[in-house]
Amino acid sequence: MSHHIIEAQDLYFVYPDGTKAINGISFKIIHGESVGIVGSNGAGKSTLIMQMNGFFLPTSGSLKIGATPVNEKTKVDIRRHVGLVFQNPDDQLFMPTVFDDIAFGPLNLGFSKEEVEKCVDESLKMVGCLELKDRPSHHLSLGQKRAVSIACILSMGPDILVMDEPSSFLDHRSRRDLINLLKKFTHTKIIVSHDLDLILEVCERCIILKDGKIQADGKAKDILSEENILKQNNLELPLTLQKNNILK
Amino acid sequence: MSFNQFEFFDLGYLDYLSYKDTFIHRIDPRAKLIVSLIFIITVISFPKYEISSLFIYFFFPIFLIAMADLPAKVIIKRIFIVSPFALMIGIFNPIIDRKVIITIYGLGITSGWISYFSIIIKFILTVSTGFILIATTSFPGICLALEKLKVPKVFVLQLMFIYRYIFVLGEEVVRTMRARELRSFGKKGYELSIAGNILGTLLLRTIDRSERIYQSMCSRGFTGNINLSKKINFTLTDLLYTLILSAMFIVLRFFSGSYAVGRMLLGKGS
Ligand SMILES: Nc1ncnc2c1ncn2[C@@H]1O[C@H](COP(=O)(O)OP(=O)(O)O)[C@@H](O)[C@H]1O
Ligand SMILES: [Mg+2]
Repeated sequence: MSHHIIEAQDLYFVYPDGTKAINGISFKIIHGESVGIVGSNGAGKSTLIMQMNGFFLPTSGSLKIGATPVNEKTKVDIRRHVGLVFQNPDDQLFMPTVFDDIAFGPLNLGFSKEEVEKCVDESLKMVGCLELKDRPSHHLSLGQKRAVSIACILSMGPDILVMDEPSSFLDHRSRRDLINLLKKFTHTKIIVSHDLDLILEVCERCIILKDGKIQADGKAKDILSEENILKQNNLELPLTLQKNNILK
Repeated sequence: MSFNQFEFFDLGYLDYLSYKDTFIHRIDPRAKLIVSLIFIITVISFPKYEISSLFIYFFFPIFLIAMADLPAKVIIKRIFIVSPFALMIGIFNPIIDRKVIITIYGLGITSGWISYFSIIIKFILTVSTGFILIATTSFPGICLALEKLKVPKVFVLQLMFIYRYIFVLGEEVVRTMRARELRSFGKKGYELSIAGNILGTLLLRTIDRSERIYQSMCSRGFTGNINLSKKINFTLTDLLYTLILSAMFIVLRFFSGSYAVGRMLLGKGS
């Protein structure tokens, strides 16, 4: 059973305090696609992401990962297939050392000690941080923390990577490293970001959210160069595209 | 956003030291933990008027500092930082306990002063051992040792989380205080009500954070049990280290160490 597909059908979500965060969303993301989700603050991006992991269950409508609908029964299983990278790495790295953090997932999945060691090494190599293995998590730079957070998720072998604002807190160099890293992954990727340039580089497809509704859904290149659509959603042209305009 | 202004007792720096590679650093964390505990227990178990026999125990921290190539200054500074605590604990001894027991050059020394010094020496010995333990074993190492020594997991995990988030929390405190300071325009503003507000904010943020951490744990398959997986080997060297040092501490405790050594030095045999 393939878990690489995410399908939302007329999805609604209301917070317990009555805030309507998601108001009827439908989309289908297929195997290997990388999708950027953009929108101004409060558009419902984080809420949507938390549903993909089963932390918030749909108030109505349905969300399917592969063929499995997200619900109370399936959510634990779904979390193995959907790797969620949190916005703040300090929330994600809760163990004393990098090794423990990355081993946390695989150990919970019941891997043997040898497998865990191998898995940790592989994930760290993938993000280029093998030398950080025995360091305490809180002494890392933010770029390193971000890379290790991603390694934590990779070590569980997810089918779908979901990231909330991966480039926040990062300086230019670390951001560049991150973009190169993301480009390498063949997973289905869903990236929420204010960093439209990052989306433009990493994602083929882009979804614009506003007030919990989809405003636009299509090729990232097309959507992110449409100044009108972006303006209506309180967004600005990506910097790389702005420069081209000036040159013209 | 990095957090350098203050680290709690600079635990972080001690932790850095633990990544050195010396004979002491390579000893199994369990061995170091047990030896340190036995050391602390023996030192504390000395009677309250004991001073001279305690001095010989300084060999242990000095031995470790030398062998593990630790900067003695750093350890001494840490001891100073926490010393007010010890100075306060015994402060009433000289006042309450006024029996003169020794007279030096006409100056009567009361038993209160003696017990006060005894407390201070014991404090220096035990605290320096604690710091050296962290500086040679690292905090995670100590947690691992506790876990392998079958200390209930709940306690070990508590310790681990405290260690992990005390820096984050400290950073949050600093940020909140700074925000308050920026908007109080020179007024003191440390009134109780404001302190209350700040604490409230911190509490809410902490709850939010714990929620997110829990989500992060769940998203990595957490079902109520945390495995610490590191393999460590207890070698013959570790065993010898534990046995020799522990035996030494205990023997010195019961054969009033400095007395015996003094007699040996004076050539009187024992
Ligand atoms: N825990 C919560 N309780 C109630 N309302 C919330 C909560 N979290 C977010 N919201 C509201 O839901 C809406 C969407 O928020 P969010 O998904 O965080 O937006 P984004 O991540 O796009 O900035 C906002 O109006 C926000 O105020
Ligand atoms: Mg958000």
